[in-house]
Parts: sequence; C-alpha cells; structure tokens
Amino acid sequence: MVTAISIGITLLLVLLLARPMGLYMAKAFDYETTGLDKWFLPLEKLIYGIGGIRRENQTWKQYVLAIVMSNTVMILLVFLIFRFQGSLPLNPSGIPGMEPTLAFNTAISFMTNTNLQHYSGESGLSYLSQMVAIVFMMFAAPATALAAVIAFIRGMAGKPLGNFFVDLTRSITRILLPISFAAALVFIALGVPQTLEPTAVATTVEGAAQEIARGPVASFLSIKELGNNGGGYFGVNSAHPLENPNALSNMLQILLMLLVTTATPFTYGKMVGNAKQGRVLFVSMAMMFIVFLGISLTAEYAGNPALNALGIQHEQGSMEGKEVRFGVAQSSLYSVVTTASETGAVNTMHDTLTPIGGLIALSNMMLNTVFGGMGAGFLNVLMYTMIAVFLSGLMVGRTPEFLGKKIEGKEMKLIAVTMLFTPILILAPTALALFTNADTISNPGYHGLTQVMYEYTSSAANNGSGFEGLGDATPFWNISTGIVMFLGRYLSLVTLLAVAGSLAAKKAVPETAGTFRTDTGLFAAVFLGTVLIVGALTFFPAIVLGPVAEQLTLTP
Amino acid sequence: MSPKKSMMDAALIQKAILQAFYKLDPRVMIRNPIMFVVEVGFLITLFLIFVPDAFGGTVSTGFNVAVALILLFTVLFANFAEALAEGRGKAQADTLKKTKKEITANKLVGSDIKQVPSAELRKGDIVLVSQGEMIPGDGEVVEGLASVDESAITGESAPVIKEAGGDFSSVTGGTRVVSDRIKVKITSDPGESFLDRMISLVEGAKRQKTPNEIALNTVLTSLTLIFLIVVVTLPFYADYLEIRLEIPVLIALLVCLIPTTIGGLLSAIGIAGMDRVTQFNVLAMSGKAVEASGDINTIILDKTGTITFGNRMASEFIPVGDAAAETVGSWAAIGSVRDETPEGRSVLELMKKQGIPYDAAAADGAEFIAFKAETRMSGMDLKDGRKVRKGAVDAVKKWVVSQGGVIPADLDKKSDAIASAGGTPLAVAVDDTIYGLIYLKDTVKPGMRERFDELRKMGIRTIMCTGDNPLTAATIAKEAGVDDFIAESTPEDKIAVIRGEQAEGKLVAMTGDGTNDAPALAQADVGIAMNSGTVAAKEAANMVDLDSDPSKIIEVVAIGKQLLMTRGALTTFSIANDIAKYFAIIPAMFMLAIPELEILNVMKLGSPNSAILSALIFNAVIIPLLIPLAMKGVAYKAMSSSELLRRNLLIYGLGGVLVPFVGIKLIDMVIHLWV
Repeated sequence: MVTAISIGITLLLVLLLARPMGLYMAKAFDYETTGLDKWFLPLEKLIYGIGGIRRENQTWKQYVLAIVMSNTVMILLVFLIFRFQGSLPLNPSGIPGMEPTLAFNTAISFMTNTNLQHYSGESGLSYLSQMVAIVFMMFAAPATALAAVIAFIRGMAGKPLGNFFVDLTRSITRILLPISFAAALVFIALGVPQTLEPTAVATTVEGAAQEIARGPVASFLSIKELGNNGGGYFGVNSAHPLENPNALSNMLQILLMLLVTTATPFTYGKMVGNAKQGRVLFVSMAMMFIVFLGISLTAEYAGNPALNALGIQHEQGSMEGKEVRFGVAQSSLYSVVTTASETGAVNTMHDTLTPIGGLIALSNMMLNTVFGGMGAGFLNVLMYTMIAVFLSGLMVGRTPEFLGKKIEGKEMKLIAVTMLFTPILILAPTALALFTNADTISNPGYHGLTQVMYEYTSSAANNGSGFEGLGDATPFWNISTGIVMFLGRYLSLVTLLAVAGSLAAKKAVPETAGTFRTDTGLFAAVFLGTVLIVGALTFFPAIVLGPVAEQLTLTP
Repeated sequence: MSPKKSMMDAALIQKAILQAFYKLDPRVMIRNPIMFVVEVGFLITLFLIFVPDAFGGTVSTGFNVAVALILLFTVLFANFAEALAEGRGKAQADTLKKTKKEITANKLVGSDIKQVPSAELRKGDIVLVSQGEMIPGDGEVVEGLASVDESAITGESAPVIKEAGGDFSSVTGGTRVVSDRIKVKITSDPGESFLDRMISLVEGAKRQKTPNEIALNTVLTSLTLIFLIVVVTLPFYADYLEIRLEIPVLIALLVCLIPTTIGGLLSAIGIAGMDRVTQFNVLAMSGKAVEASGDINTIILDKTGTITFGNRMASEFIPVGDAAAETVGSWAAIGSVRDETPEGRSVLELMKKQGIPYDAAAADGAEFIAFKAETRMSGMDLKDGRKVRKGAVDAVKKWVVSQGGVIPADLDKKSDAIASAGGTPLAVAVDDTIYGLIYLKDTVKPGMRERFDELRKMGIRTIMCTGDNPLTAATIAKEAGVDDFIAESTPEDKIAVIRGEQAEGKLVAMTGDGTNDAPALAQADVGIAMNSGTVAAKEAANMVDLDSDPSKIIEVVAIGKQLLMTRGALTTFSIANDIAKYFAIIPAMFMLAIPELEILNVMKLGSPNSAILSALIFNAVIIPLLIPLAMKGVAYKAMSSSELLRRNLLIYGLGGVLVPFVGIKLIDMVIHLWV
C-alpha cells in the first residue's frame, strides 16, 4: 500500500509539472520578445558574441549541417582529450590515456546523449576529462536534441525552423542550467556529496581503513537525470548510496528524468497553436507508460517462478540485484522511467530483472515513443504520428493532412526510410555480435541473446543503460556500439528535419468537416495501434527468443 | 443482356488467367517489389525441391513442394487481380476500337469534294457529313445543324443536336449523323483524337502512378525491407541458441509478414478505380485527377442546368405603367417569333396557352437581333423601323433611356418582386417605351438539397454561379441549399473565386461546357467538361462527362474518396493480419527446440508444419477473396471523417486482426488431416 502511494505521488508530481514546464519551454524558444529575455538575454548575448553567432533563421539543410558539424567537431575534440588525458593537466591520479576504440566509443556515447560507459568506473577518467569532456557534453547533447525537436515543431507550425546555435544556447541557459542548478541544491540537502576534497578515508568497524570516493556528485547527478544522459559518477550509477541516498533523492531523479520529455507534447501543442494536439499525444504515451509499468511491477513482484517453486520466501518480490533501500517498487519504477525517458541511469541491475521486467525495459527503448529521450523521443513520436495520419487519411478517402499540411510522396519517402533505421540498427548488429562474438557473452541461451540485443537497443535508442554481463570493453563492442549510437542519433535527425523543412514550405490547408482530426481520442487509438503494430511487430521474433523464451523456460 | 455479360466475364477471366502466367516474367514482377520478393521465395523453394540439402536442410520434399506451390499461387493470384482489372479496361477499349473503323471522308478542297480516308485528315481540314454517314474525326461544326447519334461513346441512344456556333458545336469522330448535313472543321490530327485518347486511357497504357499511390508504395516497400531484415537476422539468433531454422520456413515467415495482400491488389485497385469512373461515363484524363477529386474542398456549380432545370419558362406577363397585359404579351411574342432559345419559345407557348392573339405578320421581314452576353437583350428590328427588345431589366432600361424614353415608376418594384420570388424578370420594350415584364420561372431539380447536405457532411462547400441578379440568386440558393452563391457572375468571376479558394489552400472542382468556361476549367483542380460542350472546354478540363450531366461531379468526388479508402483499408487489413500470422508461425518455428513456446500457439494449430502451411495458404487465398472488394471499392457513404475512420478501423483494422485467427484455424483443421 505504501509503495502504491509512493508511486502514485511520484507520477502525480510528474503529471502536475508536465504542462507548466511545457508552456515554459514554448516561451523559452519563442523568438518574439518575452519576459524571459530580461533574465537570460544578457548572458546569451555574451555567448552569441563569443561564438560569433548571427541570429538568423536557417534552412533545414543549414540547421542539420550545424547540428552534425558541431557535434562531430565536439566528438573529435573530446576523443583527443580522452586519448591524451595522461599527459594533459588536471590529472593528479595519473590516469593514462584511453585506448583508441574506447575513446571513440566514449566520445560518441556522451555526444549522442547515450552515456553507454564501457570504461571502468571512477578510475578511467582524469579530472579534465570528467569536467571538460563529460560534463560539457552532458549539457551539449540534450541541448542539441531539444533544439532539433523545437526546429521540427516550428516546421510543422509553418514557421521558419530557427537557428540551431540560438536554440542550443537557449536550451542550456533557459532550461538545463537553471533547473539542474536548483536540483543540485536539493540533492545536496538530501545528502549527496558536492565537494572538491579528495577521497575520504574512514575506519570501518573491523578497524580496516576504507577509501570512500566522493567529489562534485550533486551537480553531476542533476544534469545526468535532467538531460536524460544517465552516465553515472560512480560505476554503479544511481544504485550507489552517495549518488542516490534515499527514497526522496530517488523520487527527485525520476521527476528530473521525466520533466522535459513529458513537457514536450505540451510545448508542441502550444507552438502549433492547438493544445489538444499535444494533450492527445501525452495521454497516449502516458497510457503506454502506465501499462508497461504495471506489467513490470507485476513481474517483479511475482519473482522468479523457478526460485519460488523451491519454496524460497518471495513476499517482497524478486530482490536479486536490487537495493534494499528502494525495494521492488522503486527499483522497477526507476527501470521503467529510465528506459522510457532514454536516460540510462540505473538504481538496480537490469541484468537481474525478471525476464518480463527486462522485456519492458527493452520495449521502452525499441519503441522510443513512451515519452522517449529528450527531444529525440518526441521526434520519433511525431514520425509515428505521421504514419498514423497517412494510414487514417487514406482510410477516410483524402490525401492525408497533418496540422493542415498535406503529407505526400516526398514526406512519406523520408519517413519510410526513417522507419528502417531502428530495426536495422538493432537487429543487424545483434545478429553480427551473436555470430562473431559469442565468447564475450557471459550467459548462454536466451538470457545471453537478451544481453546482446539490450546493448544494441540501448545504443540505437541513445539510452545508455547496460544489461551488463557483457565483456563489452573490447574493440568489437566499442566500435560497433559506437557506430550504432552515432547512426541512431543522427540519421533520423537528418531525415526528419528534412520532413520538417518540406512541411514548413507547404501551404496550410484549411480545416473542414472532411478533414481528419488528429486531436481526438480516436486518433490516439490509431497512433497507439501504429506504434504497437508497425513498431513492435518488427521485434516480435527476437523478443520471443530472448526474454519470452527465458520466462517460459523458468517455469519449474 | 445478363447471359451475354456473364459470358463476357468468363472470357475475361480466361484471358486474365493466361495473363497471370505471362506476368510471372521477373522483368515485369520487379515493378512490384513486394510480389517480386514472393517470386524469389518461390524460385528458392523450387530449387530446394530438386536439391533439398543445398543449404544443409532436412525438410521433406513434400513440405518444399507445398510451400513452393502456395508461393506460386500467391504470385498468380496477385497477377490475376491486376490482369482482371486491366482486362475490363481492354474490353471497353475494344468496343471503342470497333467504332474507329476507317471512314471515307468527303473533304472539301476549294469548292470540290474529294473522297479521302479519314486517316489522311489533318487539323484544319473541312469535311462534309451527310445523313447516315460517320463523322470522320473530331471537329467543330462550322455550318449547318444535324442530329448526331453519339451512342458509340456515351451509350446514350437518343441523338443530340449539333449546330454551328455556340456551345453545341463540337462533334466526335466515329459518331453518326442521323439527319441533315453539316460542315465540320477537323480539330485533331490522327492518333490524337478524343477516341484515341479514350482508348489509351481505358487500356491503361498511359497509366501513371498517382501521388498517393507512390507514397503508399514507398511505405509498403519499407515494411517489406524491415521484415526482410527481421527474417534474415533470425537464423543468427536461432543459431546462437543452437536451433536450426529451415530455409522454406523462413521464406514462409517472410512472405506472411510482408504486406502481400495490399501489394497484390494495389495496382488492381488503381485500375479498377479509373474503370469505375469510366463506367460512370466520365472520362478522366489521369488517375491523379480522380484522386484529387476526393480531396475537393469546394465545388463551383452553375445554377442553370446543374441545380435548376435551366429552361426558365415564361409563366406570366406583368404590365407596367399604364400598359395592358395583352399588349405586353403581344410585343413579347413579336420579339420572340424567331427566337429559338427555350425562353423565347416559352413566350409563344404561354401566348398559345392563354389564347391571346397577336399580329405575327408584324414580324415579317424583320431583322432578328440575337441575344449577346454584352447586350443581354434580344429582339427584332421591324420593317417599319420599330425596334422590339426583351432582356435583362437593367439592360433594357439603359437601352430605353438612351433613346430618350422614361422608365415607368412601378417597373423596379415589380421586377424586384419577381426576382425575390426566385423568378427572372425580362423587360419588354418597343423603342422608348417599356410595356412590361415577362416572369420567367426556374425550378430546382428534385433531390438537389439532399445532395448538398451530403456534400456538407463530407466537408465540401458548394458555391452556385449564376448570371442572375443577387435577389434571384439568393432565392434559388436558399431553395437548393447551397452554401454560397455568386450573382451576375462573369467567367472572370469564376476564375477569381477559384483562385481565391486556392489561395486558402483549398482544392476546387467545377463543371462547365462553354468556351468561356475553359480558363476556369483549367484553373480548377478538377474540371469536368460536358461532352456536349465545346472543344476548348474539353481540352481545358481534366475530366469529360459523356452524359453531360453537371451534377455528376458529386459522384466523381465519391469515387475519388473510395479509391483512397480502398487502398487505406486494405493496407490496414494487410498489416493487422501480421499479428495472427506471427502467432501461427513463430511457435511452429521453435516449438521443437523450446516446447514451452506451445503457450504462444493460441490457435492450437495441429502441428508446426500445418501451422506454417495454414498461415501461408491464408495469405494466398485472401488475395482472390478480396478481388471483388478491390474492384468494387470500399462502400462509401457521406459522413464525417471521424465516423468514417471509426467504421473503417473497426471493419478493416479490428477485422484485420481477428479474421486471420479464424481463417488460419479453419485451414489448419483441414490441412492437419494430412500434415
């Protein structure tokens, strides 16, 4: 009962914050003069001045080019820092330069908002790498995705797409910085360390000396969650007592992970001038979220049937790999939230989730439409929306229209190509890894298959959580997941912004009684059907061989 | 009639079966990527029949043969659907070709008549056609009047009158003059005539994919690629689990998952859609135009002839000033003696009906002044110098004033009274005196109101165009229930209205027949010209209505919508089918290695092999079962788009999920007796 109430309160807070945050974001990206300018414009002007940014609208090609070029440059820069961190300053512990494939993987990982960490915990990075490379990218990556989705929405609203550098700056100054600053203060109050003092030394009860790693954890933690980054300060991420000390810090992390991504539909509704459009998508996604959460909780509470059959006490559910201070409820809620929001932070070992609990985490990432990652998730949602609009448009006998724009051959070609990306990026490398690198998989059989599939799904969806259990610090894994993360991030960004560019140039068609409405419950049903049938059917055979077979064979 | 028709159908089906085999040629198949994948699957399984262990397989030859046969039939069924749709068009074209026999034309060379074959006629040639002869080519009557039997193209047996000048001057090659004699100026070179274009259109030779068809095709191709990836990667997954997957089983899974149902019927739907338009006696110049008609937001309709019967009849003579009703009638009659317009004739008829005598001799030797759009009057210049005029009230007023006449005080009041009652007042004047008014009544065709209500439900706005004054127009508009009207409209007004609507992003349809309609027909997104209309109108339009029924535009809109709906519905059905097919094939594939997966065999299918074959058979037979639907189109009734979506989603979405569960189970119950 207590757990039900605590989950209820958390989700209620998410719900209450979504709309105001969405409206705030719409205002933050409004190019007209708003009340926010008074606070932020001086700082932004300074940044524009330093960066030599001319605040001019870009075409979709210029916008895409700005994203890809700036991100690639940042990847290269950070790659070099990782490679040569051994001889660079701010390295008191004398940590050596990173191995090239690992540096390649880590640079892409943080630039693509994935934060898949193949390096070994706290000991792999120098202070310079931590501060310049990691923290810098933890702001730049989500800001890039947020800018992209805002540009896309502008296109749908028939406005110019805007300027990437302005949007990038505003994402950081108006959204990420202030909120993560405030959140960091709360985390400190909740007991998360924020210090530049060296490692603490304590004497344990048994008299042994213990070194306790610490550092500026609170500030790192807040952008990790708010930006849907997910990379842990400590190796075990938010399962570490200093990175997630109690139920309240756990709740705040969940709120931060969901804050921007649940707000985006409302931003969209506001920017296209029809709040209902956004609300319909929010409700659809929330429904998927609730159902998935319900399944996950049921599975985790039911525990492992094979162990249960042995008469092992399992009233608390499956506690394997979970923190006692969070219990089953907070752990599985966290696992659903972190995969739904493509954050990738973990407070529990996903490898030891029950097969069905793992399946839910996997499905969230495969669909990437259960809210989804900052910016990128909602872009994906809008792609599925357009497929749904296309099918229902045909079914009512009209050339499909979305927000008054006709969706024609050109847009559908781009969308049809975009549909291909996720299946290819998940299924093909999984097959390749199973075929060539079976020896790096720690588990045989169905679970091993899931481990591999999870790794690539997490990479393709830019989630970053690991199922773990893979010997993944090898060149094969570093390079293959690096490529998948990169393509998973930028391919669809390019094609979808091309769609936005094409839509923005179209004349809006007035709405009549014959127009198919996209702001109704009926459309929500079509949208969900499209996501589940077009999105999920692709992965059905793989899922049957992974988690489903595992669950079924657990039966004693 | 009916036995003949069914015999023709039998012949058609025979031809289509033959065609289905010809279409197996991979060079033809590649145009349809989905069915091409199926054909490749067939070829691989065919190979496996003879070399069963080519890929280390252990499948029985019987199973290989079964899969190969079902795949072959899947392709054949799809080819048959397309061939059948094409065949229907060809049959129509053949009938048309028969009318395109070589005709000997009487070509005028100078003042001599030279007999030449019709194929040698060029644009600009003048030919003479007499009673009983065929008109040798498309053209315009330049002299004379004749009744022409156009049944070869329109199917309408009653002859139509064609005369020089005006809107009924165009004639079509291959039609027969049944009375009188006309001089025709040929307007098309051989091979470019109306009949030629019609033949190539119904034959589908010039069929281009429409924009929505292209968009749908890319989506379907993308889905095919996705499932190709799924099936190609699956053996690697299975291999890791040490499960062996047989090639024919993988091919079966692939073929079941890719959208073969819509892929096999897509081109048939398109051809049949065009065919439906043609059967409706409307000739669409492109499939694009038919599709566009489903998107129409606004329809511009002429009042006369479309909404109302058009022949406005004189129903009363109303005197003004101190004239008597008889005086008005007799002057109106004298002015109309040689007026062949329906209005003019109705004046004489009314005189006859009322038994009023008039001095017909007064008109002897008089000069007839025909109605012109600029003057908006007609009448007679009598031998004795008096000028009789009847026409639009303001035009006659101006004419009278210009001769120093005085306008009777009660004229405006009385003419307004007629107009506001929905009638048309015509003023009758002699020289400088206006004697009175002719009350012309127009009647709205029955059922028009209901049709406009239907259009409103479909979200289409109707605008009525009329040359009438605003009061008359308003009355008729109200009576007919159109959304808007434009009174005293000129052809330029129509173009302005169309441009205005288009500027708002709307698609506009209109009908027209006159040469002055041509620019507006060209400007409209869907322009339907009447076959009785001028050549210029027909060339500007993208559809020609052979029955010359302007209200048919409403049905054309419905056909356009139906075409898209059929595609959408079958696509949804096709994709929704995948759920059941997965539940048939996936457990069957892995049941031997992972017996626990039996729980996914929700249909309780007999054995792995029978499950796979049942899914595959269902996948194949659903194509011919849906051919009638593809040909006829999804039923369409005017309703709001939300209701329409809810209905189609229920039938084709939910139905698409459930039907295969039942179908596969039933097939399995039979198949399982052997496998």
